[in-house]
Amino acid sequence: MIQSTRRALLFAAALAVPALALAAPQPAAAEKVLRVIPHADLKNLDPIWTTAYISRNHGYLVYDTLFALDENLQVQPQMVDTWTVSDDKLTWTFKLRDGLNWHDGAPVTAEDCVASLRRWGARDGMGQALMDVIASLTAADAKTIVMRLKEPYGLVLESIGKISSNVPFMVPKRMAETDPFEQMPETIGSGPFKFSKEEWVPGAKVVYLKNEAYVPRSEPASGAAGGKIAKVDRVEWIYIPDQQTAMNALINGEVDYYENPPPDLAPILEAAEGVVVEVNDPLGNQGMLRMNHLHPPFNNVAVRRAVLKSIDQNVYMQAAVGNPQFYSVCDSYYACGSPLETNAGNKLVTSPSIEEAAKMLKETDYDGTPIVLIQPTDIAILSAFSLVTAQRLRAIGMKVELQAMDWSTLTSRRAVKEPIDKGGWNIFHTWWIGGDITNPVLATGMGGGGVERAWFGWPDDPKIEEMRSSFARETDAGKQKTLADAIQDRAINNGAYGNVGTFFVPVAYRDNVKGLIKSPVQFFWNMDVER
Amino acid sequence: MLAFIAKRMLATIPVLGVVALFVFLMLRLSPGDPASIIAGDYASPSDIERIREQLGLNASIPVQFGKWIWTLAHGDLGISIFTNLPVTKLIAQRVEPTLMLSLTTLVFAVLIAVPLGVIAAWKAGTWIDRTIMILAVAGFSIPVFVLGYILIFQFSLELRWLPVQGYTSPFVDFWKFTRHITLPTVTLSVIYIALITRITRASVIEVLEEDYIRTARAKGQSERIVLLRHALKNAAVPIVTVIGLGVALLIGGVVITESVFNIPGLGRLVVDAILKRDYPIIQGLILVFSMVYVMVNLVVDIIYTIVDPRIRY
Repeated sequence: MIQSTRRALLFAAALAVPALALAAPQPAAAEKVLRVIPHADLKNLDPIWTTAYISRNHGYLVYDTLFALDENLQVQPQMVDTWTVSDDKLTWTFKLRDGLNWHDGAPVTAEDCVASLRRWGARDGMGQALMDVIASLTAADAKTIVMRLKEPYGLVLESIGKISSNVPFMVPKRMAETDPFEQMPETIGSGPFKFSKEEWVPGAKVVYLKNEAYVPRSEPASGAAGGKIAKVDRVEWIYIPDQQTAMNALINGEVDYYENPPPDLAPILEAAEGVVVEVNDPLGNQGMLRMNHLHPPFNNVAVRRAVLKSIDQNVYMQAAVGNPQFYSVCDSYYACGSPLETNAGNKLVTSPSIEEAAKMLKETDYDGTPIVLIQPTDIAILSAFSLVTAQRLRAIGMKVELQAMDWSTLTSRRAVKEPIDKGGWNIFHTWWIGGDITNPVLATGMGGGGVERAWFGWPDDPKIEEMRSSFARETDAGKQKTLADAIQDRAINNGAYGNVGTFFVPVAYRDNVKGLIKSPVQFFWNMDVER
Repeated sequence: MLAFIAKRMLATIPVLGVVALFVFLMLRLSPGDPASIIAGDYASPSDIERIREQLGLNASIPVQFGKWIWTLAHGDLGISIFTNLPVTKLIAQRVEPTLMLSLTTLVFAVLIAVPLGVIAAWKAGTWIDRTIMILAVAGFSIPVFVLGYILIFQFSLELRWLPVQGYTSPFVDFWKFTRHITLPTVTLSVIYIALITRITRASVIEVLEEDYIRTARAKGQSERIVLLRHALKNAAVPIVTVIGLGVALLIGGVVITESVFNIPGLGRLVVDAILKRDYPIIQGLILVFSMVYVMVNLVVDIIYTIVDPRIRY
């Protein structure tokens, strides 16, 4: 018996031993720490392997970029010092600035950057488009990158300076040579913070340490561009999935910054002492209603147009967001507030009407077959969009079957191209951050590449593909704007998708946090905590 | 006894085998695809296929199962699809908070519930008994997350006595550990206090009607001696059983408590993994939970022999 009792004790002790080994290093008392509740858990460290926004934000802390978008969405040099374009617009030469070093101390070279661009170009949509027109990409010397094009291309800087996933982050050549479909084995960048791998607890905590050797640009921070000055010694991401708990932790001063509290908690946070709530993303997020163009009834443009006519952005936003402070109504497919924002083609959608939509639907061949709307119930805003759509489509005379599921299931279901009776779907909702829809090449939903190349929903419109291609190759900004207008006109009138409104997710922080950067992407340089 | 333990240990192998097969099939047959989640919104179908290929998800289900069993046989739970870290490392990172929360909850629950149950039995039918039983029913009925939020509101936000969330290891800072673990422990304990109180009361009442209790009283022994030395000891087997079952319930209970108090334990790890379809983590954790459950049952069986010497294996 004594022996058995000992075994039980040994079992308990065996479970407790890892605890002793896991005593994590703690920050020194004098260190300045910015404690952040991020919008998601960091599960992947490779921002090229995944498009997850949290991995992108991680990338911005650790890595640096050749170019970057400033707060006016203009491309500015970041790691690049100077660059030139030949008169025939076919040869681009980029010279790296001084003082760039990897976190392991090795200097950043042009070869590293060439390899990084190639890996990014194998995965990213804009990168793939750019690689298609590149004849050669080489390192002329340790600091000079030479890009030769097959034909003039209007989005060279916009591509390598793109702000959102996948961002062309620079990594050492040995890391860049990793198969783009496998995760890089290390996290060595040249950015303003270093990733503290020993302190990473997936699902709980991520720690970044100030890169003392980082040489920032001399310009003030502006968007993703300008001087990236690390003003705190540590940035700690404390992942709190429960929104109520996250809010309470901020109110209680246990964290300094809450990246995206749900708008319905904003009134409580605003009323809390020492807490500031504001919108930090000038572009916001655009809600999307995507129809499946492959199968009836939405393979008929007239039915799609009827659906678009029924979309009243105010109704969607009131249902999903509620507080008018956090949404706006705007018909543009390009992010509202971005340089290409336009009303082109919006006659169909600018005055929504259930009656007119019902009339338009009656004139189609829709036979009353129920349509399947897939609803991600674990994402509150998309779930609300789905309920509004179901109600409005029923109001115009459609039969709607709402199928509830979690987002993970939806992401695999939406890839099914089969008809409804074989597991397909008719409508789903998602949203795009403003930084991802600033031009027709970035705005994947506008594409018309058909069943092989288009985004889920698979619109088939060769003409719009041709127009997008022309936009990418156009080097004159004025002509690009004209093309962008024409593309939007065509996309809306073909019912490419529905824009259900723009919403803004606020940030909340203790009033001792200073130096926030206005941007569609969350950055942590320039941020300071006054203790 | 040793033969019994060895036999029970051997019996865990087929149990774990069945669990492994069931979990594996359930995951593969349920909707959702980690490759689609990884690939993100911009990926082409060929990108998704390449990721599936790279993750080994394109192989047939028997081949995938065979590979997993092979790695298990080598003591390896596999590599997380998303974090690219060994599942054993992820579990090791998370085991301490869950273990500590479970231990403090069990100890706290037993320390409160057993005396309450004995008092209720001793004062059966009186207002004291009824009050304790009303509290027990309330304890059963209140959802863990509601109680958690109420306690946070009162003790963290209003009184500012305790932190809202987080966890500190007792091996790093015991005072901080105590502050962090108090509210989750009280929250999670309530349902076990209710459960153990009711069982203790019922068991002690039953024993108090036995002849040997009457004999003890007739011999002039005090009520304290009668209750503690004679009644409680003889009522111990069902109480130990329910405490053992409580450990199994804890596995479910910690998921919610860890979320409400943001404790980085195994409960949250499994929920995150399910939402992302990180198959190796889900499979590994369910196996670990099953193993713990089997071991707890074994420990309970051994404790039976201590509290009731008549039981022999």
